[in-house]
Amino acid sequence: MNDLTKDTPAPAPAPAGTPLVELTGVSKSYGNVRALREVSLEVHAGEITCVLGDNGAGKSTLIKIIAGLHPHDAGTYTIEGEQVRHTSPREALDRGIATVYQDLAVVPLMPVWRNFFLGSEPTKGRGPLRRLDVAAMRGTTHQALLRMGIDLRDVDQPIGTLSGGERQCVAIARAVHFGAKVLVLDEPTAALGVKQSGVVLKYVAAARDAGLGVVLITHNPHHAYLVGDRFILLKRGTMSGSHLKKDITLDELTREMAGGSELDELTHELMRRTTTAPPATDPENPA
Amino acid sequence: MSPVDDERLAPRSVVRRLLARPELGSAVGAVAVFVFFSIVADSFLRASSLGTVLYASSTIGIMAVPVALLMIGGEFDLSAGVLVTSSALVSSMFSYQMTANVWVGVGVSLLVTLAIGAFNGILLVRTKLPSFIITLGTFLMLTGLNLGFTKLISGTVSTKSISDMEGFPTAQDLFASHWTIGSVDLQVTIAWWLGLVVVATWVLLRTRAGNWIFAAGGNADAARAVGVPVARTKIGLYMAVAFCAWISGQHLLFSFDVVQSGEGVGNEFLYIIAAVIGGCLMTGGYGSAIGSAVGAFIFGMTNKGIVYAQWNPDWFKFFLGAMLLLATLLNAWVRKRAEAAA
Repeated sequence: MNDLTKDTPAPAPAPAGTPLVELTGVSKSYGNVRALREVSLEVHAGEITCVLGDNGAGKSTLIKIIAGLHPHDAGTYTIEGEQVRHTSPREALDRGIATVYQDLAVVPLMPVWRNFFLGSEPTKGRGPLRRLDVAAMRGTTHQALLRMGIDLRDVDQPIGTLSGGERQCVAIARAVHFGAKVLVLDEPTAALGVKQSGVVLKYVAAARDAGLGVVLITHNPHHAYLVGDRFILLKRGTMSGSHLKKDITLDELTREMAGGSELDELTHELMRRTTTAPPATDPENPA
Repeated sequence: MSPVDDERLAPRSVVRRLLARPELGSAVGAVAVFVFFSIVADSFLRASSLGTVLYASSTIGIMAVPVALLMIGGEFDLSAGVLVTSSALVSSMFSYQMTANVWVGVGVSLLVTLAIGAFNGILLVRTKLPSFIITLGTFLMLTGLNLGFTKLISGTVSTKSISDMEGFPTAQDLFASHWTIGSVDLQVTIAWWLGLVVVATWVLLRTRAGNWIFAAGGNADAARAVGVPVARTKIGLYMAVAFCAWISGQHLLFSFDVVQSGEGVGNEFLYIIAAVIGGCLMTGGYGSAIGSAVGAFIFGMTNKGIVYAQWNPDWFKFFLGAMLLLATLLNAWVRKRAEAAA
């Protein structure tokens, strides 16, 4: 059992320009289902890499590999230049990869402060008197949330009583506090309203500004384009596009994600005869 | 660390804070049961009755503590009742057959009982089957083994008396002695019970393991994702049940010096009832060890109160069932009120 102080000693800094996380040609099969084929991505410190894709595109599989829930079958996964193959989330956590899941983020009936330190509880005392440092846990939780700009009413309330956006923010603040180098966010805005999504994106940006590399998984290109620096598009388990922000506009991103010509067909099908809406200007089908 | 000041937070009164505790509903229920039997049974309030009621409470309470922890951790153990008997049988028969010091049998019994608990836990985390099914299986298997082995070895359904064997008196001191204070006769099991409640409460609220128990029952996937050893926590909980079954089993053995192999069946539900009355959620993630003690105390009061009221004890199970329903309803009502107030 480790104390949370183990998070502090940083390993020797990697040479400049080395991505924090780099996947090259990573594949994963579940039995005869090829969930992911030849996917590559880079995550740099202080940048947000967005992974976009429709349902079933392989986003969840990708996140599980990065988070250490499943090992990959082929390709390489490097963290700061070092090749890794995780078999448990703990290993990924210990290497500074913190993952925030949409539904899995918290234990609803537990108070906010217990959730905040779950799995990395600070203790004091020795032997049979070794106990949770409750006062420090409460205070630190409040301080850490405040630093992220979240002013919580009461750290003793069950976290289930917070709104969805607030829960995501607590989870992000937790990752930042525990010295994560890479923050992986699984659809943080999927179940949220417009305003709440905005709040969450603000904290995502705050984490980036704190120097973390962020992987943002989403199926909303508008949210991705607001904060993203790199965009990876997934389609039926393969990578259908990889762009830097300077090389692509929001419209192109949206179109590419929706699948170019498929969207044209859909527009055509849905168009009422009486309306005059023309299909969008014809781009090339990227798929 | 200073308390958090916030103008959006109305100061919470002591009453409100009490209302948010899981054991509150059971405490109200315990007072109600106490008042009820004080009125209908004259001898209920006598000091000597207290010892009897506490003894009845402790025999269930010792097991209700780990069963409550296990329920908070999100699992059941239906084999807990017969495991107590198995534990008693192992120490009795081992000592008798090997003509060893009784303490050797007690030690062997501890190992065997813990192994059965570990078996339950490991099977659970490996197969990912519901604990209801797994422990129903071990419940039936142990029931069969208890009877089968006892008959095979001693020829009857009960073990041979070990009261004249070496080590018996000292083991009896530890597991089945009693003190008399004034007119109150206090069994040693009461001390075991209260000790276990204190330890379990400490573990639950003030240690990392306690945090993990709440998390394992409240949302196992989330717990695993942040690095909580959920599997290890659950196996540990089953072993805690086994440890307490060992204490209960040794008490059974050393208070009567023979063990009936068919005993214990059905007790697993009494443990669960005590835990549920005490505020444990059936779905896990919420509850307390103190609540389970209050639940066991309600059981003890009802059990003996019916005798003091000179009612036909045949009706006892009916009252127990009604009590369970009422306590659970009261619990739900109190919690709703508390949440509305908070």
